[in-house]
Amino acid sequence: MKISLDNVVKTFDTFRAVHGVSLEIESGELVALLGPSGSGKTTILRMVAGLEFADDGHIYFGEEDATDIPVRDRGVGFVFQHYALFPHMTVAENIAFGMKVSKVKRSGDAIRERVQELLDLVQLTGLGQRFPGQISGGQRQRVALARALAVDPRVLLLDEPFGALDANVRRDLRRWLRKIHDDLGITTLFVTHDQEEALDLADRVVILDKGRIVQQGTPEEVCRSPHDAFVMRFLGDANALPATVRDGKAYVQDVEFDAAGLSDGTAEVLFRPADVAWREDGQGVPAQIVRVLDRPDSRRVLAKTTGGQSIEFDTAPEFPHRKGEAGFIDIRRPRVYPSGRT
Amino acid sequence: MKRRVLPGLPLSLGITLVYAAIIIVLPLIALVFKAASLGPADYWRIVSSDRAVASYVVTVSCALAATLFNLVFGMALAWVLVRYRFPGRRIVDALVDLPFALPTAVAGISLTTLFAVNGWFGGPLSTLGIKVAYTPLGIMIAMAFTSLPFVVRTVQPVLEELDPALEEAAQTLGGSDLSIFTRVVLPLLTPALLAGVSLSFARSLGEFGAIIFIAGNQPFETEITALLAFIRLEEYDYPASAAIASVMLIAAFVMLAVTNIMQARALRYTVRN
Repeated sequence: MKISLDNVVKTFDTFRAVHGVSLEIESGELVALLGPSGSGKTTILRMVAGLEFADDGHIYFGEEDATDIPVRDRGVGFVFQHYALFPHMTVAENIAFGMKVSKVKRSGDAIRERVQELLDLVQLTGLGQRFPGQISGGQRQRVALARALAVDPRVLLLDEPFGALDANVRRDLRRWLRKIHDDLGITTLFVTHDQEEALDLADRVVILDKGRIVQQGTPEEVCRSPHDAFVMRFLGDANALPATVRDGKAYVQDVEFDAAGLSDGTAEVLFRPADVAWREDGQGVPAQIVRVLDRPDSRRVLAKTTGGQSIEFDTAPEFPHRKGEAGFIDIRRPRVYPSGRT
Repeated sequence: MKRRVLPGLPLSLGITLVYAAIIIVLPLIALVFKAASLGPADYWRIVSSDRAVASYVVTVSCALAATLFNLVFGMALAWVLVRYRFPGRRIVDALVDLPFALPTAVAGISLTTLFAVNGWFGGPLSTLGIKVAYTPLGIMIAMAFTSLPFVVRTVQPVLEELDPALEEAAQTLGGSDLSIFTRVVLPLLTPALLAGVSLSFARSLGEFGAIIFIAGNQPFETEITALLAFIRLEEYDYPASAAIASVMLIAAFVMLAVTNIMQARALRYTVRN
């Protein structure tokens, strides 16, 4: 089921959470809404679910205008951040809930059979009689997914699905969710503030800031060509050096960068910690090493340019230099953005 | 002996046990001894006398009705106080405690004044043919009034802690308001409701001050058990008074045990394996 948002607006009291967002999610696609807290991503998800009503704009499921369909008739599967399992029901009862309260009557046997099927799907065979308080966080997450899938939803919506889990469980569940999505082919929209999770899992990433979409595209597109400094910073560690633009060139302490298309004035040069080479021969921005941190597979160097800017970069574990040494940072893949909006 | 980190265990435990012994256990033992001094035949004659049995019937039936009323009204009140924000909410919230703070005699006299035939409520009601003061209905109202806070105050915190996401989840799964209430909200409130209801019922069984003013206290009709025990006491018939009181005591213990079992059943999902 294709989902389209057309200029959707939501305001809470005086705070405008979502400013005219338009978005298309193709049938069978797995899309991540990625943004910092307060970016409106959860509000958008809840509006798609029908847990909030849009103040303005329209939401379509396929060709049908779903904007005013109440949540219980909208046919969405929603997985809540903290799972929201019914604590007084067993795992099996939780999964069966949607089928029991449904207007479509099913026989007890049909429900039991479907519950069994879903328990197998989420790899919780045999745990049907446990209560949610008796299983682990990762297992609860899977019960929540099974419960949402039990009602054969038209779309699956997940709110920070792995937020409350620890790193290892999170990675496993991520891969597993991708597999379930590929098997079932259900249109899926999920919210996260974790870029790694979004890039890992989604076909397409929609990056939000302050209630607006700032960029959307495949993980490759958003990683390789971030629209602006916000996206660049949000997707991963980034260094920034202030620069001055003159005639299509940006200058950081006399070092020249290509800034075609930028008007004259102040700008900033952004680059990833991995895109720096340390040189002693005068090519690049002069800097001094402040500290060297060791990591299992690399060394991270904290340095300060002679202009007083702190930067960080990664080097091979064999990096021989020490605190206090002076040299030059040679920046590969620099990105120049006009300064102002951060 | 194992060393403890938290100080004060011997002292606080000692004070607690001494207090419990002197104020709670000793009087109860005295009561049982007094009642036991009667011998089985006399005891049975007193506690099963027509007047005593009639008083049990009045007391228990009125307490049941009052508790049922409080169950519904108290839950509604707690619901409104927790779920909605409206002007005057804090005042209503404070008023809930009034029956606890008010001397029961004051409550009794006020209710009697209101519900007497010439009172603000009693007048209009009597034209409809409903008599409240000096009838079991009056006893019920007095019981309901004094025990209302129990249900509200036990349900309120549980309702506040209830994750709204549970109801939202039930909605996304297609549940109607009614099925969400009966299948999700009510089962989660059951332990608190049981606690509130049992406290409310116990208080109603034992209530004295508020009732005697409005009840009329006619033996066999509007005489509550607590009053009968009091009358025997005034007649210096201590063993009879103790016998009747012991019946109330046993009833209270049985009820406490039953509600505890019911609560444990309702909370069985919280037991970890």
